[in-house]
Amino acid sequence: MSAVGQLGATTATPAPPSEPKSGRRLTAYLLLLPGGLFLLLFFVIPLVTLLAASLYDPNGSIENGFSMTWHWQNFIDTMSDYARPFGRSLWYALLTTAICLLLGYPLAYAIAIKSGRWKNLMLALVIAPFFTSFLIRTLSWKLLLSDNGFVVDALKWLHILGPDGRLLATTSAVVTGLTYNFLPFMVLPLYASLERIDKRLLEAGGDLFAGPFTTFRKITLPLSMPGVIAGTLLTFIPAAGDYINAQLLGTPKQRMIGNDIQRLFAAGAYPTAAALSVTLMAAIVVLVLIYIRRAGTEDLV
Amino acid sequence: MTSDLVLTGISKRFGAQNAVQQIDLTVPAGAFFALLGPSGCGKTTTLRMIAGLEEPSTGTIRLGEQEITGLRPYKRPVNTVFQNYALFPHLDIFENVAFGLRRRGVKDFKPKVTEMLDLVELGAFGKRRPAQLSGGQQQRVALARALINQPQVLLLDEPLGALDLKLRRQMQIELKRIQTEVGITFVHVTHDQEEAMTMADTIAVMNGGAIEQLGTPAELYDLPATTFVANFLGQSNLLRATIIGRAEQNLIVDVQGRKVTVPLPRCRVTEGDVWMGIRPEKVFLSRAGTEQSNGVNQLRGAVVTDVSYVGVSTQYLVKLSWDQELTVFEQNTGARGTLAVGDQVDLHWQPAHTFVLDAQQDALAGVEDIDDSGGAG
Ligand SMILES: Nc1ncnc2c1ncn2[C@@H]1O[C@H](COP(=O)(O)OP(=O)(O)OP(=O)(O)O)[C@@H](O)[C@H]1O
Ligand SMILES: [Mg+2]
Repeated sequence: MSAVGQLGATTATPAPPSEPKSGRRLTAYLLLLPGGLFLLLFFVIPLVTLLAASLYDPNGSIENGFSMTWHWQNFIDTMSDYARPFGRSLWYALLTTAICLLLGYPLAYAIAIKSGRWKNLMLALVIAPFFTSFLIRTLSWKLLLSDNGFVVDALKWLHILGPDGRLLATTSAVVTGLTYNFLPFMVLPLYASLERIDKRLLEAGGDLFAGPFTTFRKITLPLSMPGVIAGTLLTFIPAAGDYINAQLLGTPKQRMIGNDIQRLFAAGAYPTAAALSVTLMAAIVVLVLIYIRRAGTEDLV
Repeated sequence: MTSDLVLTGISKRFGAQNAVQQIDLTVPAGAFFALLGPSGCGKTTTLRMIAGLEEPSTGTIRLGEQEITGLRPYKRPVNTVFQNYALFPHLDIFENVAFGLRRRGVKDFKPKVTEMLDLVELGAFGKRRPAQLSGGQQQRVALARALINQPQVLLLDEPLGALDLKLRRQMQIELKRIQTEVGITFVHVTHDQEEAMTMADTIAVMNGGAIEQLGTPAELYDLPATTFVANFLGQSNLLRATIIGRAEQNLIVDVQGRKVTVPLPRCRVTEGDVWMGIRPEKVFLSRAGTEQSNGVNQLRGAVVTDVSYVGVSTQYLVKLSWDQELTVFEQNTGARGTLAVGDQVDLHWQPAHTFVLDAQQDALAGVEDIDDSGGAG
């Protein structure tokens, strides 16, 4: 998930405000200092290191050291070797985002608009999974979906399981795990933007001959677009870089690019691993930019 | 095309609270009708029930022959100008105004929207977003957005509340002009008695969820039915009195030992203890003993305790022999000299300007609200 943290940081890089008064400007810079230092230490330096590593001579090793040879070929080699897991990562992330949106929008809508006094409880339930570690939760999914688990039994009884009779180690398992793990990241921004909608606008829609569905389509949905965009980004980006779900719930056939990067780093193949990381990062940045441009939102949450 | 709006036995409860209690109301087609009352008296709730945004606990609402009590808001031929405008922030002004027509699938709505924007003098603003308009302009967009649908009834919930005084006066005239032009029934909610009086053909004065009195502005002002109306619409002097007899079409009322006559139709109660009321500008002050009684009511032996000069008129406070203070407005016609504090005066007024109210009612009901609604009407 290394690429994820770094990408998050890119979008959060604060732009220095252009204040006319020098005293105020000084204060602004002072306030920026701790964050700036942090970013320099933990974002800029590792990023430069990573970029450099992606251009090392692939024939080096940890024992003998790597030499900087501006070996651009790394990118071409890795792309041809790892195109499939790479594409699979983006595909899984897309699937996850779509399912999260389908599940999360009605949930966020219910919490924000219909829940009344149950609002806080429902919100707490959305956040509750964060009280246990990501790893533990994914491991319990492994138990849940295991061959002797009741889920498999139930599905077998209903005859809606594939020919091999397994849930674990399938694409469905990995995408289910991803969806489960990233759903709160979809629900919370959606909730925030739905909650902010002035309910009187919905009444005005009703007053102006829009039925409930039209009111939703013409008023609620457009006004919640900032939440949709924030939620999809917060789901897609980390899901694309994730490897835990594929590792615990999948097989090598469900390998995502994160698994390869992790394996390559562990095996000491730094140049290849770094080149993959950089490519993933670049791909995500480009996709996100296109997406934001297309969605035409200047007021992203 | 338009028909009368009739509310019968309408009540609304929120939990234990009765927001609206047993309202019966007929708004004639094409009228400019004002619902006037202090904050929290149930005006918005009444309006929302007419719009269908709130379901009445009891009672029925009819529009001409059609009963609309249970109809969903989007099925009612009624539109609302919301208190805070509730313009759609993601749509430009043109689309805001076009919203209702589009929803009803009206073809060829563009010229209609343009025409409507011209009517409210916002022709050049079609491409702007609501946030880029001033309060007064937003108000006019809200009006245009509702009016363009040619509803049978247009509901306006304190549409001028957020505007400053000057703009408010301007918009009052504007609204009145538009209403006359389009001939749609307007139900206008306000807590500003001056606004209600200047704009409406008929006013319903609400208090505590019920209607205290209904009538034309002149009727309400001339002959208030309750102490609340007497104080809320303009200002009144209310004196403790007792009815002691009857002479032809008049009742004889005893005010602290002095006799006063009141025409019978102007008395809400005809026996026992009462409030005798008189508007401040209906009282004529004279220096003690200089004017004779000729068929008018009089209270002699008062002292001027305060004089405020307000240009067109002078406002006096005079203390009666039993220490009650009355307010008197005298036009500054220049024909008579002004009085000074300490002068001995007599009070005179026409029996036909006197009114008599139930002594059970609170003499101060509705008084506090006078200050924030701009003084006497
Ligand atoms: N949804 C609601 N739930 C509970 N009580 C309500 C609700 N809406 C209104 N009330 C209560 O009903 C009463 C009447 O409210 P309403 O909004 O009709 O007053 P109003 O006359 O419009 O006042 P204002 O001039 O301040 O707008 C108030 O006491 C209010 O507290
Ligand atoms: Mg109100």
